[in-house]
Amino acid sequence: MSTKVNEMLASAASVAPVKYTSKDFSSDQDVRWCPGCGDYSILAQTQRVMPDLGIPKHKTVFVSGIGCSSRFPYYMNTYGFHSIHGRATAVASGLKMARPDLSVWIVTGDGDGMSIGGNHLIHLLRRNIDVNVLLFNNQIYGLTKGQYSPTSEVGKVTKSTPYGSIDYPFNPASLALGASASFVARTLDRDPKHMQVVLKRAAEHKGTSFVEIYQNCNVFNDGAFFQFTEKESKDENVVFLEHGKPLVFGKEKEKGIKLDGFTPTVVSTKDGKYSVNDLLVHNEKDTTLSFILADMTMKPALPRPVGIFLSLERPTYDDMMTLQIDEAKKKRGEGDLEKLLNSGDTWMIN
Amino acid sequence: MAKNTQNLDEVTIRFAGDSGDGMQLTGTQFTNTTALLGNDLSTLPDYPAEIRAPQGTLFGVSGFQIHFGSLEINTPGDQCDVLVAMNAAALKVNLGSLVDGGAIIVNTDGFSDKNLKLAGYPSNPLKDPAIQKYTLYEVDITKLTTLALQDMNLSSKIVDRSKNFFALGMMYWMYNRPLEPTIEWIKKKFSAKPDIMESNIRVLKAGWNYGETTEIFKVRYEVGPAKLTPGKYRNITGNQATAWGFIAAAKRAHLDLFLGSYPITPASDILHELSMYKSYGVKTFQAEDEIAGVTSAIGASFGGSLAITTTSGPGVALKTEALGLAVMVELPVVVINVQRGGPSTGLPTKTEQADLLQALYGRNGEAPIPIVAASTPGNCFYAAIEASRIALKYMTPVFLMTDGYLANGSEPWLIPKSSDLPDLTVKFRTEAEGFMPYLRDEKTLARPWAIPGTPGLEHRIGGLEKQHLTGNVSYDPANHEYMVRLRAEKVERIADDIPTAKVEGDAKGDLLVVGWGGTYGAIKSAVTKMRAEGHSVSHLHLTHLNPMPKNTGEILYNFKNVLVPELNMGQLVKVLRSKYLVPAVGLNKIQGLPFKSVEIEKKIVEILKGGK
Repeated sequence: MSTKVNEMLASAASVAPVKYTSKDFSSDQDVRWCPGCGDYSILAQTQRVMPDLGIPKHKTVFVSGIGCSSRFPYYMNTYGFHSIHGRATAVASGLKMARPDLSVWIVTGDGDGMSIGGNHLIHLLRRNIDVNVLLFNNQIYGLTKGQYSPTSEVGKVTKSTPYGSIDYPFNPASLALGASASFVARTLDRDPKHMQVVLKRAAEHKGTSFVEIYQNCNVFNDGAFFQFTEKESKDENVVFLEHGKPLVFGKEKEKGIKLDGFTPTVVSTKDGKYSVNDLLVHNEKDTTLSFILADMTMKPALPRPVGIFLSLERPTYDDMMTLQIDEAKKKRGEGDLEKLLNSGDTWMIN
Repeated sequence: MAKNTQNLDEVTIRFAGDSGDGMQLTGTQFTNTTALLGNDLSTLPDYPAEIRAPQGTLFGVSGFQIHFGSLEINTPGDQCDVLVAMNAAALKVNLGSLVDGGAIIVNTDGFSDKNLKLAGYPSNPLKDPAIQKYTLYEVDITKLTTLALQDMNLSSKIVDRSKNFFALGMMYWMYNRPLEPTIEWIKKKFSAKPDIMESNIRVLKAGWNYGETTEIFKVRYEVGPAKLTPGKYRNITGNQATAWGFIAAAKRAHLDLFLGSYPITPASDILHELSMYKSYGVKTFQAEDEIAGVTSAIGASFGGSLAITTTSGPGVALKTEALGLAVMVELPVVVINVQRGGPSTGLPTKTEQADLLQALYGRNGEAPIPIVAASTPGNCFYAAIEASRIALKYMTPVFLMTDGYLANGSEPWLIPKSSDLPDLTVKFRTEAEGFMPYLRDEKTLARPWAIPGTPGLEHRIGGLEKQHLTGNVSYDPANHEYMVRLRAEKVERIADDIPTAKVEGDAKGDLLVVGWGGTYGAIKSAVTKMRAEGHSVSHLHLTHLNPMPKNTGEILYNFKNVLVPELNMGQLVKVLRSKYLVPAVGLNKIQGLPFKSVEIEKKIVEILKGGK
């Protein structure tokens, strides 16, 4: 059927493709995050990656909820929707279902996405709608000025927990995997190169891409991730996941992760007992492995896994919705209003 | 043997039994056959919230009332003339709604000691002399059903489930209706289960034959066709009409329809109905909760769909914040509130009109939302189109108010020609030159609908206050007041674009009865009767509740008294009193049941006599 949307799309199709630079994705609005906020880097990497995706900016939409991170769409010169607290995932779901032709990005935070919006997030992930979720995790509520969040560590002293928080935190990667996400990754605000790679992979993945980004809130939770992001501590505390490669880390790449049954353990490849060949080799397609790797997050004795935990193809909700409609149209013909109104048992009054 | 046939102008029949007895199905079949005969009719399903309440209990009783005739029928009937009771509990719950001298047909098998005990009867009411004021027909429906099927070797469960068709067959005989439409329906419905198909058809015929051959029924009745407006008709429920209205609106707007919805009684049937029309490009999304229902619709609207969300009062409560967002971002979305008894979970399967103030005022901040209310089951179709028209033209969320009574009730519906329906064609903004997200249409004050995918119109919207014209975030005090007033003005201007209110009856007089929503039929019947008796009474029924028609005040001032019957504690009456400063009085009923005409008649008489 020729809808008004299809008419617009047909006329837009004649617009010649443009070669973009990252500047084309920068809007005319002043960026208002605190100086030194990790959000600046995420914005910069996103704008840097966009030109490489080959998607016109008028076909790109950023949808956010509420929180510091959720101001993001205002700074992107694409279509944008700053919605309400926790609901960006649901708004974006509706948008993508209505318009599968669009590239839809969700920007959310640990409070927006995992607390008030936790329900929508898990349902989005299980449905596997083809959108990208960027979850800025700073383990604190920034916009409301410093309460603990659902990812804050136990014992966190904040304005609302002067005696220390007693909530056990979510591990976003495990939560996403538990909700049957098809793409789960973690990256760091202070590692621009890694973030760009992950963002590109997320964009390319068909299905819901869930990317947790460790983001420093230098006002209310400064240094929360420094052991994973700073030069002096990073090598010892982070293991980067690369598909098909063994899990090695350490300053000299002298340590690795070996699976002891289902339990990951740290071994040295230097002391002669183990070699690289004994180490766990990452496989992005292995669901079981992804759970083990994500769970390392909660084990302080193990290095923090960063990278793509899982990247699995499975049918997307929006594709299946389109397919059902196309098949119904093929089988029954394009819906005709006159026919509908006259269907069923009818009778004449003369 | 020849039986005496009497002609009747109108009859009300109530089928009642256990919630597992298939009374809703029986009633629906009787309704469809009756509609095909050209009678005017109105129905009232009345069922418990429990799906299969324990057998034989009072709270497990399910009823279906149909009022049909050769006259104009506006309500499902204040009282029934015939009560079909499948057990003792059904008799006990429904006897109060039977007219004195009415007929009772009971299944005697449902009056065992156990049934009597469950119903709380100390002794068998069928043997009680008090029953003699009615005409009692005692039929062992269970036994007769079993006999009719005895050679089929069916399980006792299947046999038991067929007995409602015996009752239906008897009533078809008594009111001289053909069996064929129901037989056709059974054949289609049970095509994969030949045993059940055969048993149901057999039992249906057995019921008919029982009426024909035994001497128990002395009289048959004939109810001739009604003088309805000529044309093609079908029977339609409110929920079905609502669903079709939105399909029609989307077609007439050249948009795809998107429904984001979470199941809730009594609105779920709209979701069920719309989910069947994929070939019409209808996208239905069963969301994880009420909030995702409305927010997904808002997302779809941003993308250029005619987006709607269906719910009932508790669901509206959850959608409230998102509706404020829709007001702020000025996107079209229609919220259908199929009202039920509240507050909280309240009475899920019963009707009420207590969400009007919620629709008018139930949001944080100054967040005006237009409201359209349907008046009859068939009118839901047009109300849905009107709600869509306002949403699309004015770029605003709109409430469509129906209720449980309209949703499940049905009536004959004159099928419109699709080309006669309003043209709702929308125009998306496509010119980049001079585009500003909040640059408004001078007349309607609507902002442009610029959907993602349009080159050159990239822009950002959101729930933070918008700067006039640019739509950029603005905390400027003067701009905020300006925008609040502008959004209010936009909704007020809709009054220039809706029909003026029309009084049924004289334009001046002693009393005006003002109603809204599903009370239309009861008020109309009452006012018609009072006028026939010479009283100076007129009826005004409001379809648009925000804004109201421009002549509403003028109409009110032309009457000495104003009465506002509502199924709530007095919500419209409050609005009318504060807006038009008239001493309107309310007639309020909060029982989960629709008005009986007689209740309104009584109040009319009371007011006209000088009492209030």
